[in-house]
Amino acid sequence: MSAITVRNLVYEVSQKRILDDIHLEIAHGEIVSIMGQSGSGKTTLLKLMTGLLKPTSGHILIDDQDITGLSEADLDAVRLKMGLVFQYAALFDSLNVYDNILFGVVRHKRLSRKELDAIVRDRLDQVDLEGIEKRYPAELSGGMQKRVGLARALAMKPSIVFYDEPTSGLDPITVNTIDELIMDTRRREEVTSVVVSHHLPSIFRISDKVAMLHEGKIIIYDTPEKVQASADPIVQTFIHPERNEKEENSPHEGAQAERQRPETLPR
Amino acid sequence: MADQAARRKPAIGEIAPPPSERHGLMRGGLLAVLTFLGETGLLSVQAVGSIARYGVNVGDLLNQMAAVGADSIWIILTITCATGAVFAFYITNLAVQIGFTQFVGGTLSYGFLNELGPVLGGVALAARSGAAIAAEIGSMVVTEQVDALRAMAVSPVRYLVVPRVLAAILMLPLLTVLADLAGLLGGMGFAGAAGVPYTEFLLSLRQFVQPLDLINGMIKAIVFGYLIGIIACQQGLRTRGGATGVGRSTTSSVVLCVVMIFLTDLVLAQVLTQRVRHP
Repeated sequence: MSAITVRNLVYEVSQKRILDDIHLEIAHGEIVSIMGQSGSGKTTLLKLMTGLLKPTSGHILIDDQDITGLSEADLDAVRLKMGLVFQYAALFDSLNVYDNILFGVVRHKRLSRKELDAIVRDRLDQVDLEGIEKRYPAELSGGMQKRVGLARALAMKPSIVFYDEPTSGLDPITVNTIDELIMDTRRREEVTSVVVSHHLPSIFRISDKVAMLHEGKIIIYDTPEKVQASADPIVQTFIHPERNEKEENSPHEGAQAERQRPETLPR
Repeated sequence: MADQAARRKPAIGEIAPPPSERHGLMRGGLLAVLTFLGETGLLSVQAVGSIARYGVNVGDLLNQMAAVGADSIWIILTITCATGAVFAFYITNLAVQIGFTQFVGGTLSYGFLNELGPVLGGVALAARSGAAIAAEIGSMVVTEQVDALRAMAVSPVRYLVVPRVLAAILMLPLLTVLADLAGLLGGMGFAGAAGVPYTEFLLSLRQFVQPLDLINGMIKAIVFGYLIGIIACQQGLRTRGGATGVGRSTTSSVVLCVVMIFLTDLVLAQVLTQRVRHP
């Protein structure tokens, strides 16, 4: 049984096809990264997998349960198994860190004050942010907000965690911290992780498998090593844009590359 | 002919679109009205369904009631007191000239309890609390906080819409009572200064005003409170496009609330007046 199965998934907005015939199989405990250029449909795919968007057609199975036809109320039962870390953290401005972390917990579980305090302490300790319970999101840096977002996502002890661009806009040291957190979370909680990112060093460092989205289709889904060794020019151009630049600058090879390159690749 | 009309150079200052475009605008306008009514109706049904299924979080409701009351009370008291004074100024001027000062208190009270209290209170609530609700929810939408609620299996209707709509429904009648008092005090003060004794003002009030007038005002306030809460939430939830979108939703919320208050008042005035039995 897979943790997540995506079959023949299609998503259209105003008759424009954003995702086209997507297939994915994610096993329990795996870290799978989805990479691709901005606008390739990565975040849309993540929102479809979490039930925040409804697909035009196709199926998404979470622990073998098809979520595509579920009502919002029935989806809530499935969402209790999931944690979602948003690109810009999406912490509630009006609540402090303590209440943000416990927001889902207090609404779905009956726990004593001691137990709630212990959850906040554990989660903040896990993301290395002890002692900030009383602070509000506006008083935190971008990296701290993302870590609190992760602590909030983990507070419900989910079996699947989705990360939307967890390292975008962060400095290299914080990027490293977030990568460690994602791997540490998998080790400690045995969660399945789906990471949407275009930060290549992180992707190849933390992932068991990597999928690449291009123009709404998954053009490769394999181990990081095999993706890096792929002969597909689109994959190679995405992974090594600097090589492409060099070829463009060399008059003879540049002209050849220009002829071979599909129009949609980054220039 | 149609081609000629289409090719005609527009006169300086002309802003009317060509006929084909005008039909498009009318279709767009009609679609916007139907979308608004549909979304507002659907949100109302969802809110009622949420209350029936989960009940109401009393803590969230009290927080919202406190916010709505604190936000709006001073604006409502200020504008109703001033309006009462101005209203009294005009009535008293006329009454002194033609000698019917014994009607001033009654006229002012009848007008305030039935109309000015709930309508001015509603407009002030829409401008202050309705705008705040639309802006807050709109900001939550564009910063993905509403998606975060759904991702944590918390219904935005249950957490955001129900307490805000109920707070507006419960608070506007209370604020309307205060608005009526402020308006009557302002009016009595001004009428007194212009030559209508307080005793005569109060006697007139007792003669002309019935408890039913106050009840009618409360019914209007409840309906306006519902309209303000649901429209502000609907506009907030349909926000798209960052800070500009939040600004647009906030403005639309105030405009739609005020327009809907006056349109509904037109109907309610007819319906509720049938119930009043005046001497």
